[in-house]
Amino acid sequence: MRKVIMGNHALSYGAMLGRAQVIAAYPITPQTQVVELLSEMCADKILDAKFIKVESEHSAMAACLGASLAGARTFTATSSQGLTLMHELLHWASGGRLPVVMGNINRAMAPGWSIWSDQNDSLSQRDTGWIQFYCSNNQEVLDTVIQAFKVSEKLLIPSMVILDAFTLSHTYEVVDVPKQAKVDKFLPPFKPEITVTPDDPHAFGGLTGPEHYFELRYKLQKDMEKAPALIEETGKEYEKMFGRYLGQVEEHCCDDAELILVTSGTMGSTARVAVDALREEGIKVGNLRIKVFRPFPFEKVRNIFKNAKKVAVIDRNISYGHHGMFFQEVKSAMYGHDHDLPIFGFITGLGGRDITPSTFREIAELSLEKNKPEEEIIWIGVNR
Amino acid sequence: MSQEKKEKKMTLSLPEEELMGSGHRACQGCGAALAMRYALKALGEKTVLCIPACCWSVIDGPFPYSSLDVPIYHCAFETAAVSASGVKAGLEMVGDTETTVVAWAGDGGTFDIGIQALSGAAERNDDILYVCYDNEAYMNTGIQRSSATPYGAWTTTTPVKHFKNRPKKDMEAIMAAHRIPYIATASVGYPEDLFKKVKKAKDIEGTRFLHIYAPCPPGWRSRSEDTVKLSRMVVQNAIFPLYEIEWGEKYTLNIKLREKKPVDDYLRMQGRFRHLTEKEIAYIQEEVNRKWERLLSLMDRSN
Repeated sequence: MRKVIMGNHALSYGAMLGRAQVIAAYPITPQTQVVELLSEMCADKILDAKFIKVESEHSAMAACLGASLAGARTFTATSSQGLTLMHELLHWASGGRLPVVMGNINRAMAPGWSIWSDQNDSLSQRDTGWIQFYCSNNQEVLDTVIQAFKVSEKLLIPSMVILDAFTLSHTYEVVDVPKQAKVDKFLPPFKPEITVTPDDPHAFGGLTGPEHYFELRYKLQKDMEKAPALIEETGKEYEKMFGRYLGQVEEHCCDDAELILVTSGTMGSTARVAVDALREEGIKVGNLRIKVFRPFPFEKVRNIFKNAKKVAVIDRNISYGHHGMFFQEVKSAMYGHDHDLPIFGFITGLGGRDITPSTFREIAELSLEKNKPEEEIIWIGVNR
Repeated sequence: MSQEKKEKKMTLSLPEEELMGSGHRACQGCGAALAMRYALKALGEKTVLCIPACCWSVIDGPFPYSSLDVPIYHCAFETAAVSASGVKAGLEMVGDTETTVVAWAGDGGTFDIGIQALSGAAERNDDILYVCYDNEAYMNTGIQRSSATPYGAWTTTTPVKHFKNRPKKDMEAIMAAHRIPYIATASVGYPEDLFKKVKKAKDIEGTRFLHIYAPCPPGWRSRSEDTVKLSRMVVQNAIFPLYEIEWGEKYTLNIKLREKKPVDDYLRMQGRFRHLTEKEIAYIQEEVNRKWERLLSLMDRSN
């Protein structure tokens, strides 16, 4: 059924169609509508789930972990300060191999208080062992949640489904909400091999000495390495049933592009508008939107860059004292493969500063007029 | 002949069944080990334990071993209560409505870092049994003061010259303010009383809070053979009275004292109080008297 819904509700519908069994959440702007709708769905018995209205995000994640260990499919959603409050437990989720799926609305970190979009909240969680999906429209949000359950539960690795504050979370778009029976066919119930139950008592997460810990982390990485192929495979399976394909990346006019603009999240759709306009003027640019940030789609990126002359990575985030984080990753993907490819790193839009087609035009012009980057990072739209 | 007669008179006041093995890693005379052993006799096999960072995360034994015959979720330090809430919700969603889910935490994990999650679970009245075994300091990390450390005590962060000068947090009052169905104090020196309370708590729906006094010989600088003795004295001198609170209102005193013993002997048996002068001991006695009178008045008021 086609519905006009906001990005936040696309997360809720994804969790509903995925038949989340335990939901624990704490309100934070701009995430609130996700859990408001889910709590209504639970109260109205549209969704057969327990909703635990916890007193903090830390407890939201802790409740999800307990429920997941008991064998239930779990979902939560948060943003910014809430996500970073959970930080300890994000490690717990992946280390405990508990496939929680979480929505995160990208919101800048305080101080000063900001409710507007940037990616420093989720990107500063990159080393916690979560799969990270960055979405660019509401349909993708819904479809990603359903696929994230499948991918996470196969690998026993948690997933974060990420969308920009307001530009996606509060923007209404037409979304095809699939039929429950069809989703049930795609996504079987969560049946983990080992759970916390008196019928088969085990101790989970106890004191683990150097003789065991290393191997547990090795296995986590080995399973994480299976994610790219599994995400592609799951995407194809989903496409067969629902007609929409989601992979690790999305490319637009990259084949013959002299300059590829690398983006993530909703920046991607803005970049595409800029790309089309520049193309009309005869400037050969393309857009690569990185959808899956962890595990990083090394192979995809390298393949797409094969014919590129230049790359500009646009980050709505920064690792202070270093670079934008997508920029770091893109460079590391090319290391040992193409040392001569000039890669420019741009920082823009922090704290919700508008990113418009003219932002990308400026970035494209700056990148095209120079042979190689002359600065470590290039700031766009900042008042110095 | 007389020997035979004696044997016939022996009756067990607690079930013989043991769900705790002898290979655990507790120190000699550990009150926390006794607390678990007695509690499991009352809880039985249909139990899941959520244990945050505390002595018991070590006592149970390192991966891949466990000294208990019930499943354990070793959870994050500040999450005992809500981890239990999550496990309970998860179990119910997969069709298990019977299992008792227990949060089993130390005093640091309860009085300090875990109080937010505990308050949240209690306010929601989540269907969990929360047990705090209280050895009155961060013993696992090497005897640092917690908000459960009593006035006057030495710890490694309250050295003798600056011993703890604030009273122990009144956790029962805090929990009573949440109006949960059941709160009880227990001591490992009164195993039958402890057993009875766990059994009672097990069958109540909602949040149940059990506070168990559990001596720590290394941390208290007490003799390991005095653990049970201290656990009885602390009740008899009314430093740690045994009582229950139902729905935050109805108080019941379980061990009545015709005349409470002075605190002096109890304090003198523990190296952590060795530095206290007569004046400070007199102050502690006054405080115990005052709290005892207050407790008796709460009993009167609720009856």
